Amino acid sequence: MDIQSLTYLFVGASFALYITIAIMSRASSTADFYVAGGDVHPLANGMATAADWMSAASFISMAGIISFIGRDGSVYLMGWTGGYVLLALLLAPYLRKFGKYTVPDFIGDRYYSDTARLVAVICVIFVSFTYVAGQMRGVGIVFSRFLEVEINTGVMIGMTIVFFYAVLGGMKGITYTQVAQYCILIFAFMVPAIFISLKMTGTPVPQLGFGSTLVDAPNTYLLDRLDQLSVELGFAAYTAGKKSTIDVFCITAALMVGTAGLPHVIVRFFTVPRVRDARLSAGYALIFIAILYTTAPAVASFVRVNVIESVNEIEYRAIPQWFRNWEDTGLIAWIDKNNDGRIQYRAGAALEATRPDYSLTRGIHGQRLLNNAPSDNDNELYIDRDIMVLANPEIAGLPNWVIALVAAGGLAAALSTAAGLLLVISTAISHDLMKKVFRPAITDQEELRYARIAAAVAVGIAGLFGIYPPAFVAQVVAFAFGLAAASFFPVIFMGIFYRRMNREGAITGMISGLVFTFAYIVYFKFISPDSNTAEHWLLGISPEGIGTIGMLVNFTTALLVCRMTPPPPESVTALVDNIRIPRGAGAAYHHHLR
Amino acid sequence: MPGDQDRARAYWRANIRLLCILLSLWFLCSFGLGILWADWLDQFHMFGFKLGFWFSQQGSIYIFVVLIFIYVYASNRLDHRYGVDEEGDTYEEDEEYYHPDRDA
Repeated sequence: MDIQSLTYLFVGASFALYITIAIMSRASSTADFYVAGGDVHPLANGMATAADWMSAASFISMAGIISFIGRDGSVYLMGWTGGYVLLALLLAPYLRKFGKYTVPDFIGDRYYSDTARLVAVICVIFVSFTYVAGQMRGVGIVFSRFLEVEINTGVMIGMTIVFFYAVLGGMKGITYTQVAQYCILIFAFMVPAIFISLKMTGTPVPQLGFGSTLVDAPNTYLLDRLDQLSVELGFAAYTAGKKSTIDVFCITAALMVGTAGLPHVIVRFFTVPRVRDARLSAGYALIFIAILYTTAPAVASFVRVNVIESVNEIEYRAIPQWFRNWEDTGLIAWIDKNNDGRIQYRAGAALEATRPDYSLTRGIHGQRLLNNAPSDNDNELYIDRDIMVLANPEIAGLPNWVIALVAAGGLAAALSTAAGLLLVISTAISHDLMKKVFRPAITDQEELRYARIAAAVAVGIAGLFGIYPPAFVAQVVAFAFGLAAASFFPVIFMGIFYRRMNREGAITGMISGLVFTFAYIVYFKFISPDSNTAEHWLLGISPEGIGTIGMLVNFTTALLVCRMTPPPPESVTALVDNIRIPRGAGAAYHHHLR
Repeated sequence: MPGDQDRARAYWRANIRLLCILLSLWFLCSFGLGILWADWLDQFHMFGFKLGFWFSQQGSIYIFVVLIFIYVYASNRLDHRYGVDEEGDTYEEDEEYYHPDRDA
């Protein structure tokens, strides 16, 4: 079968599976809709958390980004895994003992204030929408390349699927589809990685192949070859870092703390029966995540060597088919600066603009011509980093079914995360706003109806973000982390570990952290993008890493204000004492649910 | 009951001690070995990896996984020792779902 029909087969089969699960696990109460009835097995929750967590950015963009920035890519690897240690040790068990549905629930009850709840709801909605925008775009990219439909049509199809199981099944439907999606995405990520590792280094384990010698040069280590190639072409050595230590430190910290503070990840730990299950399932989740995260840097270096060797100094007429395919999709462009008909790949941007603008005509070699002005360096090649994983099987010449599998995997990654985020948004509206603030008198069934309506509206808005994307998939996601780090993590942490923390401290802390981080990012990304360089940054910290400072601002403000205002009431300190002790979680919870 | 309160306080202190130990290891292995001392570690090699590079792209992630499982084990023991575990909790029967006492 050709790639096209195989892709339709794989993607179609996976979608059929998701819909079947959705129909089988319809939610009948708000407890089903918000926390899957609170009876999810820790292993299943671990898998669902991993799928919830690993987004289009992890699956599609991360290895590509690492491939281009080399050593500095470790900020994503450490940042997006290390946060689970914080989550498992500092938040998950206590929030599970608390045993309510949402993050704003905890903040509202712990800080005995609807204002705090409202601020939290706004943060949840903001963070989740920034994050979901990237997912829908990812869906569009996969569809446009593999199924040859318009990006917008792809977004619409993705929306329909998510709509189906998120609106119908709520958390219950999402949990079990996420388990299926995890299996599909990890299989799809590992198969090409193992193939490519075998092909290049003779080792079936990518994590080891990454540090092995090459098949075609048994005395040369892969990473040494990569360093040498990079330096020859004018790039920095792959294994050498370019970012300053303080920036690497802050970005890593912001991503870690942000991970621990992301509401769609936290709520997953409300779905297991006991406190000890919450701890255990955080461990399972990190194992499942680590399988992909330790493979991604290996894939990044394999693809990098492959791309350089199969493209650089090659005549366009003799270029492999994958190059033309992705050129047609608009993610690769070649501009023959020295008119020699060969592709020169060097350091620096090939074009003046950030994206290629294709003209309708083709050049003498058959390449797509550009309207963009060439930049004044020797680099003739534009490659979008997002394609590195998607094109990897084609670049390595792997069989057609592997290519089709990657398409299904990319969709699984994007859809699972999108669904988790949409659920958090709908819960924030139906539960935290309607039930807790505006209309406390509504029944469980009415609340469930509000949740479904909110989920449907959120899917629609997310789709619009996918059709009119704000920026790069990964760049958008980086925003969400800084904001989560600066808002949620400190107030939840202090809510558990500092009994004296009060309403006034928490609210001012959240607002100051959020405003500071938001203003810094908006200034450098939108108001004055030209000054987005190290010498203008505060202490040399980039907008990606500023969440760390935002978190410190939050902590400091909260502690200062807390000292000057009255302590929390006794019922609240009793609540804190209660969540610190595991005993009673199951009983209290089931009583609460039924 | 005052006895319960003392026990809860002692449990919390032991819990904080456990968290401090594990989080120090967490910090040393990621921010220490993977970032602050990574350049120095790069002079050593393990197979084809520079050691600092390996810690920042591989080693730290393995250590994170191990740390969480040490925590799971140690905190369960702690709960048991201070008599605050969930063994005494009762659950309502629910056929469809995972049932901790029956399935674990």
